[in-house]
Amino acid sequence: MTKRSYIQAITDALDIMLKEDPKTLIFGEDVGKNGGVFRTTQGLQEKYGEDRVFDTPLAESGIMGLAVGLGLTGWRPIPEIQFMGFTFEAVDSIAGQMARMRFRFNGKKNSPVTIRTPYGGGTHTAEMHSDNLENFFTGIPGLRVVMPSNPYDAKGLLISSIENNDPVLFLENLKLYRSVKDDIPDGKYTVPLDKANVVQEGNDITVVAYGAQVQEAQKAAEELAKDNISCEVIDLRTVSPIDTETIFKSIEKTHKVVIVQEAQKMAGIGAQVASAIAEDAILSLDAPVGRVAAPDSVYPFAQAEEVWIPRKAEIIEKVKEIINY
Amino acid sequence: MAKKSIVDFAKIKENLAETPKPIQVVDEDAKIVDQDTFKNFSDDQLVEFMKKMVWERALHEQTMNFSRQGRMGFYAPTAGEEATEMGTVMAMEKQDYLLPAYRDIPQLIQHGATVTEAYWWSRGHVKGNEFSARALMPQIIIGAAYLETAGVAMGLKKNGEDAIAFTYTGDGGTSQGDSYEGMNFAGAYQVPALFIVQNNGYAISTPRKKQTAAVALTQKAVAAGIPSVQVDGMDILACYSVAKAAREFILAGNGPVMIETLTDRYGAHSSAGDDPSRYRTKEEQQPWLDRDPLIRMRKILTDKKLWSEEQEDKLVEEYKASFKEAIKEADAVEPEKVSDMLKRTFEVPTPALKAEIAKFEEKESK
Repeated sequence: MTKRSYIQAITDALDIMLKEDPKTLIFGEDVGKNGGVFRTTQGLQEKYGEDRVFDTPLAESGIMGLAVGLGLTGWRPIPEIQFMGFTFEAVDSIAGQMARMRFRFNGKKNSPVTIRTPYGGGTHTAEMHSDNLENFFTGIPGLRVVMPSNPYDAKGLLISSIENNDPVLFLENLKLYRSVKDDIPDGKYTVPLDKANVVQEGNDITVVAYGAQVQEAQKAAEELAKDNISCEVIDLRTVSPIDTETIFKSIEKTHKVVIVQEAQKMAGIGAQVASAIAEDAILSLDAPVGRVAAPDSVYPFAQAEEVWIPRKAEIIEKVKEIINY
Repeated sequence: MAKKSIVDFAKIKENLAETPKPIQVVDEDAKIVDQDTFKNFSDDQLVEFMKKMVWERALHEQTMNFSRQGRMGFYAPTAGEEATEMGTVMAMEKQDYLLPAYRDIPQLIQHGATVTEAYWWSRGHVKGNEFSARALMPQIIIGAAYLETAGVAMGLKKNGEDAIAFTYTGDGGTSQGDSYEGMNFAGAYQVPALFIVQNNGYAISTPRKKQTAAVALTQKAVAAGIPSVQVDGMDILACYSVAKAAREFILAGNGPVMIETLTDRYGAHSSAGDDPSRYRTKEEQQPWLDRDPLIRMRKILTDKKLWSEEQEDKLVEEYKASFKEAIKEADAVEPEKVSDMLKRTFEVPTPALKAEIAKFEEKESK
């Protein structure tokens, strides 16, 4: 066990997979000698050579096309898009090409690609750097979207994503990159994809969250406990597909649910979870589904992030509203 | 007196307007203009080129018939493009990786797919993509194949394979950002990729001149730092020879090449209701019809007493009979099942998909 930041946990996972599988390749803008703009690929080119870890021209569409082509010829690409806001440049390669490869070829061809990209607010970035765009990608059949909330999961989920033979969009939270450190195992371990995690057991209400909002939910739960409200906090970990079983099991016990997301409310993960509950588990509830989400505006300018991003206070308020329904 | 400008943009623009002379082995009048290259071909080879073009024209005609009978799905006509399509693909080897566009079905078949599979692809059945050829399916998203070609080429190079990646787009496709990115990536990494632009003068109804101010599409490769050349796309010997030279140059480790072939689409853009009479005149097309790649080759072979009208008619009948067999085979396919579609979305279905699969399997078993 070693104390590792979220970034270091990611570097560990990449290091392990580069060492274990000679077919893995890391590429993107400034990921080589520079070690990435956040140092997530620090030292990897030095260790594994330019054939395995290399820089690309500045073109996201080209990077993803490279990943598709390399995947077709037996390689296991781990491309990086510097910021998730720039994935718009590469949407066809992701949604129109790699996500369909297995389907198109009846399993005879596939795209074993893990796209890493940072997202998320709270660090006062310039425009298009912090947008929570998972909503945009969760409706794409053939693509998994993974959003770890802590260093342990980041390492284990990244290893699982790289080992998976289908494309995974692996979203790394900018705010969590350096703000959290945990003791995590040194060697290889995996955290399963498609599986939510009950991070805190409770009896009165289920709080479903993912990414940086898991910590906010945990902080809220801590405070709510003082008012004798016992929250069960679920970390989705994979947001497409969503592990509804774990959620249903929890609400059978608590009969109440609040879903928390940092992204805008419209057509988000919260909407998906709420509709799944409405379809298959509505009789477990004795109060309406509560949702905490960002306002449906464009992602705010840096100075306005703190009034826009939902935090602990909004979660506490919503939980109390649902509890007192 | 006018002040002398720091830069002579007028002169620079003038230089950009210099049109290249397309490479030819045989000209429009079937005159051999490059004897040295022509001598490389044996009589058998010359006949083989003709047969392939006759095959492609027959495939087109029969497919149009099937289309009119409502027996086809999406089809992009190929008549007029036999020399560029057959010439370039015949210069490749089976181990080369083909990334075709939607009009490049004849190349896909030549590279190893069956006609039956091509019909399945046209109609929209998964079996149309299960060919054993080293190729992707015909790409519908214009430009995407150019991007992926850079990646496939890099993969082949990393594998140490004696193979190149080759891809096609049309004149309109050169306006896509992805076309530039694909060529630029391939150039930056010096990977074994061949980019072919089949310039038939039109992107649906939009004439080539409206795509770009560049006088030749070969100029698009200059920006990527890769060599490019314009070829008479109605001259199969030129198309073949240039593609073969490109392949050798690329395989020797010299990085990618771009070829622009000048050709014509005799028919509509696609069978989906496009009507060229809305945007094209007969007068404008006539010179291209006179340049028909089959006419040129037919004359050369007839002069050499290697070809006859009866021989050609007999071949066409044989080919058409084989296409009728192919469509019969295509008719016999099992319809697709939703459960199978769900199963092939991921290698390991997600829990939600498993539930859906079970639901559809139950329905389908009734």
